[in-house]
Amino acid sequence: MKVPEQVRRLALLIAILAGVTLLARFVLIPRALVSTDLHWAEAVQREVAKPVKFAGAVACQDCHEDVVVKKAKGFHKGVTCETCHGPAAKHTEEPGAVTPPAPRDRRFCPACHTYDPSRPTGFPQINPTAHNPLKPCISCHNAHDPVPPRVPRECAACHAQIERTKAVSSHALIACTTCHKAPERHKSAPRAALPSKPETREFCGTCHSAGTAAKDAPKEAPKVDLSTHGGRSLCWECHYPHLPEGRT
Amino acid sequence: MNPQMTQGLAELLEQVTGFIFPNEIEIHWSMLIVVYPYVTGLVAGAFILASLVKVFNIQEIQPTYRLSLLTALAFLLVAPLPLLLHLGHPLRFYEILLTPNPTSAMAMFGFVYAWYLMAVLLLEIWFEYRRDLIAMARSASFPLNVFYRALSLFSQDVSQEALAFDRKAIHVITIVGIPSAFLLHGYVGFIFGSVKANPWWGSVLMPIVFLMSAIVSGIAIVIFLYMVLTALRGEPIEMACLDKITSYLFYAVIVDFSLEALDFIHRLYQSEESVKILGKLITHKLFMSLIVIQILLGMLIPLGILVLAKARRFNDDLRKLLYFTAVILIQLGIFATRWNVVIGGQLFSKSFRGLMSYKMEVMGIEGLLVALGVLALPFAVLAVLLRLLPTKPHEEAAPELGGALPPPARTA
Amino acid sequence: MNERRAFLKGAIVFFPAGGILSALAREAAGAESAGGPPGPAPAGQPNGKKAYNPADHLYGMGIEIDKCIGCNRCAVACKAENDVPDVPFYFRTWVERYTIARDAEVLVENISLGSRKETAQDVREVLRTFFVPKLCNHCANPPCVQVCPVKATFTTADGAVIVDDKRCIGCRYCIQACPYGARYLHPKTKTADKCTFCYHRVVKGLQPACVEVCPTQARVFGDLKSKASRLVRFTRMNKIHVLKPQLNTEPKVYYAQLDGEVR
Repeated sequence: MKVPEQVRRLALLIAILAGVTLLARFVLIPRALVSTDLHWAEAVQREVAKPVKFAGAVACQDCHEDVVVKKAKGFHKGVTCETCHGPAAKHTEEPGAVTPPAPRDRRFCPACHTYDPSRPTGFPQINPTAHNPLKPCISCHNAHDPVPPRVPRECAACHAQIERTKAVSSHALIACTTCHKAPERHKSAPRAALPSKPETREFCGTCHSAGTAAKDAPKEAPKVDLSTHGGRSLCWECHYPHLPEGRT
Repeated sequence: MNPQMTQGLAELLEQVTGFIFPNEIEIHWSMLIVVYPYVTGLVAGAFILASLVKVFNIQEIQPTYRLSLLTALAFLLVAPLPLLLHLGHPLRFYEILLTPNPTSAMAMFGFVYAWYLMAVLLLEIWFEYRRDLIAMARSASFPLNVFYRALSLFSQDVSQEALAFDRKAIHVITIVGIPSAFLLHGYVGFIFGSVKANPWWGSVLMPIVFLMSAIVSGIAIVIFLYMVLTALRGEPIEMACLDKITSYLFYAVIVDFSLEALDFIHRLYQSEESVKILGKLITHKLFMSLIVIQILLGMLIPLGILVLAKARRFNDDLRKLLYFTAVILIQLGIFATRWNVVIGGQLFSKSFRGLMSYKMEVMGIEGLLVALGVLALPFAVLAVLLRLLPTKPHEEAAPELGGALPPPARTA
Repeated sequence: MNERRAFLKGAIVFFPAGGILSALAREAAGAESAGGPPGPAPAGQPNGKKAYNPADHLYGMGIEIDKCIGCNRCAVACKAENDVPDVPFYFRTWVERYTIARDAEVLVENISLGSRKETAQDVREVLRTFFVPKLCNHCANPPCVQVCPVKATFTTADGAVIVDDKRCIGCRYCIQACPYGARYLHPKTKTADKCTFCYHRVVKGLQPACVEVCPTQARVFGDLKSKASRLVRFTRMNKIHVLKPQLNTEPKVYYAQLDGEVR
């Protein structure tokens, strides 16, 4: 078949275009521009070469062994130096020239220790407005070994959320120790020595039973017949003892 | 960093409702990315209209055939511009051609675009105009004659066999071109539809909805241009042609509307995790652009107008007026469709808990003025194309005449 | 003396490498060690110790919700370590606070934004409340890497998803594709930016900055390929959940005690 003239011309043009493209892509352009492997290796190199600003937990102990040893025994053993003192890589390079700041301001510690209901129960929290106003934290607490200045008298020091809840409930006047027996050691090693919890219906019955069991209980405490009320359920399956009038 | 930007973002932070991930405050794809699918949609739509003439042999709309092709070309030439301007590093665009990531929907843009431009549109236009180019090269004076000669690749053959071959080639290219046009715009839809992180975008219907709305907007823009051009030239409008195209427009709007309704009902009925936030998105952020502009002004009212124009025996002038109104409303509606997809998809948090705000810039590279410029540019390109490549076949090119003829009609 | 040993290990001359072309990586290491690794010089360290080989590692992070106290040290340290702009629009890591009320209403706040306020809700109306640290999940099946048109973002051999800022064209498709909002466009470089697991630290044996400063060890960083790593222990001792598992991104940030409300 005879190829029409215009097709030959078009084919020539396409061939030239394709040739130039292929030549450019595979010959003229250096491999460095099109090699993904090379690009990635370079990018990783650049990433690795970025400066480190936090020296890391182990960098401090060469010079500050005394503090590190002290801290390792206290409640702040899991808190690294740079958590409070800030990035210190420069300080490790030129200890004389760059000194990391020591946060002595009263506003610093509450970043972790202000009461916040979202914080896990048991984490030591205070109300900064009420807690020794205006005094810098370090006047009573050593941040490197932060034991409370005295063993907490109040359960609320740690169990603030429960205390706040209970404070507005009809159980407000009942001391925590009425229902929980807390061994002395619970104050220093809270998780090692756990307080007791009531285990039976009869325990609540000492105040809330309609029978003779509760004859010493306050009159205003609501009374129920333990033999019929709530079947075999335990009281706290329906009532929250720290807020008994709350909906459950 | 630029303090203006900080202030702008701080203002947006004030307008957040609910919770958003912090990095979501910046709306990354803005006005220019709205313009991009709109412009590509016009390309695909105009080409498909042109294909109706050649593949399905619908002779009534022959007067718009060349206009459709040139419209498609003008918009296609501008289509990469908004993408390029929007890049953080526009000068690195060549990387997308050098080291494209085969798994990236976006990386295919260069290839889909090049295929469509080179293998479909330019080829079809070349075969369509070859005979005219040769004729115009003969009649034009320097330097235009050289230009036309170069465009025709110095081919001279206007024999019956050669012209027959041209027609056959056009037929084949159009058949290849229809799926290519589907690919071009379906692909743009896929860029959005494949984002599984974004429930407003991530839908299998997205490419098809994009395609149908592209056809709607493409047909509408050709009608618009045809009416405006004939008016400018003081020529009569061929009402048979106009009636025919507007009925295609009508069917396309119906299909488009049904698809979008299907998408909407499907989402509502499936009622997935994201349904609440998308509901809020529509009622709080997109009410005007989605319900009022896209659906009411851009679809239902034009549909009503078209039904009215078809059902009643109005005179030509009234029909023209109705068609023209419908066509403009449809353009507005399709632009709103693009807006609702692109901007709407970035106004809710991927935590499904909050809504962001978008404040359009006026100046600036992503601003309104640049966007308007990008939208106006294809019309300028089209004006040049129409100058160089008349939509009416060159008189001299009519084979039975041959020989010398009066100076060529240089308008249009 | 355990710490001392860890210190020496951290200061070992390392070979920074992407792990694709080992020869090239070795060459790069030569260039790098000439400048010397940052930090104290490895005193008395015989040269030519075992090179850092990225293929031997696969990094991940564990987060224990019940330990997070929402002190925001991690987000602050991250900005300092990685030059993240100090404005509340760009974060590589941040902390969210969830408060779930009795009426099942969920209140989420970002405490890293700087405008921290006491929760307005009556304590009696709160069912549960907790903090959730967030960062890039360094997905094993990362949508951001999938969509990057120019392969500027990729997963290193040791499992970190990082961005090549010399190649990123700033199209922001990756930002759209990330289901976790972990990416942003750096306002200075105009390229995508994100958490790298502090890659420059971990190849030197250091912890990521956020892990380093976390006072309660709510964040655990480690090597999934090492049987003895803290992370492997973490994933063995806890019930683990990842964010948005339905998207099949296969995150390598593992949460313990994660609440269903967290997205």
